[in-house]
Amino acid sequence: MEKRGVGIGLPGLGGALDRTFRYWALLPVFVVLLLLTAYPLVQLVGMSLSDYTFGGGSIVAHYSGLRNLELMGEDTVFRAAVRNTLVFVVGVVLVEFVLGFVVALLASGLPRGGGLFKTVLVIPLLVPPIAIGTMWRLMYQSEFGVINALLREFRLPTPNWLGDPAIALGSVMIVDVWHWTAFMFLILLAGLESLPAEPFEAARVDGASAWQAFRALTLPLMRPIILVALMLRTVFAFKVFDEVFLLTTGGPGTSTEVVSMYIYKVIFRTMELGYGSFLSVVAALLTSVFVLGYLWTLRRERIAA
Amino acid sequence: MVASGLTLAPFLWVGTNAFKFFKDIVQWSWTFEPTLVNFRRVLFEQDISFLRLGVNSLVIALASMAISLVCGALGAYSLSRFRWSRAVTAFVLGWMLFVHMVPPITFTGPFFLLARFFDVYNTYLPVIAAHTIITLPVVMWIMKGFFDELPKELEEAAMVDGCNRTGSFLRIALPLAGPGLGAAAILAFLFSWNEFLFALTLTSTAEATTIPVGVAKFSQEFAILYGEMSAASILASIPALIFVAVAQKQLLKGLTLGAVKG
Repeated sequence: MEKRGVGIGLPGLGGALDRTFRYWALLPVFVVLLLLTAYPLVQLVGMSLSDYTFGGGSIVAHYSGLRNLELMGEDTVFRAAVRNTLVFVVGVVLVEFVLGFVVALLASGLPRGGGLFKTVLVIPLLVPPIAIGTMWRLMYQSEFGVINALLREFRLPTPNWLGDPAIALGSVMIVDVWHWTAFMFLILLAGLESLPAEPFEAARVDGASAWQAFRALTLPLMRPIILVALMLRTVFAFKVFDEVFLLTTGGPGTSTEVVSMYIYKVIFRTMELGYGSFLSVVAALLTSVFVLGYLWTLRRERIAA
Repeated sequence: MVASGLTLAPFLWVGTNAFKFFKDIVQWSWTFEPTLVNFRRVLFEQDISFLRLGVNSLVIALASMAISLVCGALGAYSLSRFRWSRAVTAFVLGWMLFVHMVPPITFTGPFFLLARFFDVYNTYLPVIAAHTIITLPVVMWIMKGFFDELPKELEEAAMVDGCNRTGSFLRIALPLAGPGLGAAAILAFLFSWNEFLFALTLTSTAEATTIPVGVAKFSQEFAILYGEMSAASILASIPALIFVAVAQKQLLKGLTLGAVKG
């Protein structure tokens, strides 16, 4: 099939270069992935078995075996971080899913899926998470923040949103819901718009109510998309860092400590590079379990893999 | 309607605060005398200098965007047009999915150590490298989607007419995938511009650090400068708002593309 030619093609490039095009076209990606992701991860595993001391501007590593595993076993803050992360992930994913689904169902009824409306909803996905954190920090502010100001108007109690350990995690979760619901919405809306029209027309002719059609048709047909949306959002929610950093930095106490936040503190505040790397390896392993589960779901549900 | 109202409300409140004097914010008054003093302070006051951070952010975002566009477009074309063995495709795409899903905090330890080792800590270089691993998968997925949909026949015709493979990539496939390239470029730029954790851990001073780090440090150190905080967060959001306004359709598609392409 491949006919080598001159003339219209780039005249300076020889035939050999052209015949091997497929190889050198893929090469840069390969090199980047190896140098910037594979190699650092190998190094991370080495770091996780070490202990680091900082002295006189240089960093010295000592092999420490599984000492870091013991440290993790005794670490109550890490345990709290894992627990908070689980609460956070399960909570925000469920709320975002329900809200996103409801809005997607409403939007799919609009002509052209409500173009402007969709655009507005997507804005939080594209602005810097740090800007979102700053905005909500201002809004949560006890005295002058807009939220408590509104509550005061209606003579409702005005909680200390970020300072009260009992509700701080909930406050952070609200911000995440505001930030990420649009992601669920976009995936689910795309799914709804790709559903075949015939079964729904048949159901209407047969006199099925909207609720019956939703339960018997929409839900089963949407199953693969719903699974994808839930799993993706779960993995992404597990990464949460920016907003927590800005809103509470894990406090008060350990009430909003999440895994990424805690690893950051271990590595960059108390400078325990080895132990922090060990915790990173644990986090990466947890993620890979999820990625494998995700790929397995894609295959089982026969979505393009 | 309610949903978009709830989405916009925080921007509106913070946006108006950015134009208020401190006393008007604190007194919670509806009528106020608009001012640009907050923006002026954030942009030009020496010890914060968001102008400098903006230059840093811009250089870093453009560089990582360029690297991931070149590598990503070439790689996606190769994967899409040629018959690679399943192992190669699965490795590249699967590994990228893994990198995309692993919490970025995982990479900060080794990147920090490597940056210190090569003596490039607190320069653009490590941040550009780190951002490339975020932007490259996005570019790859978008471009592969576009190349997969381009009919092969066009390129085959060109090659029969004497165009070689390199030429048909540069003159036929790439221009036809132009909208995809545009969306990929914008998303890559925004992801780098918005990124916080790597910029935080690989830089330390205004010489190399980016806007999000500046905003974060600023709002934590000066927790009482409400007007300036508002102005800073609005300024940091400007690129996103511009791109949403000009290229909404392509962005909507690109944002969820990683979802179904494994």
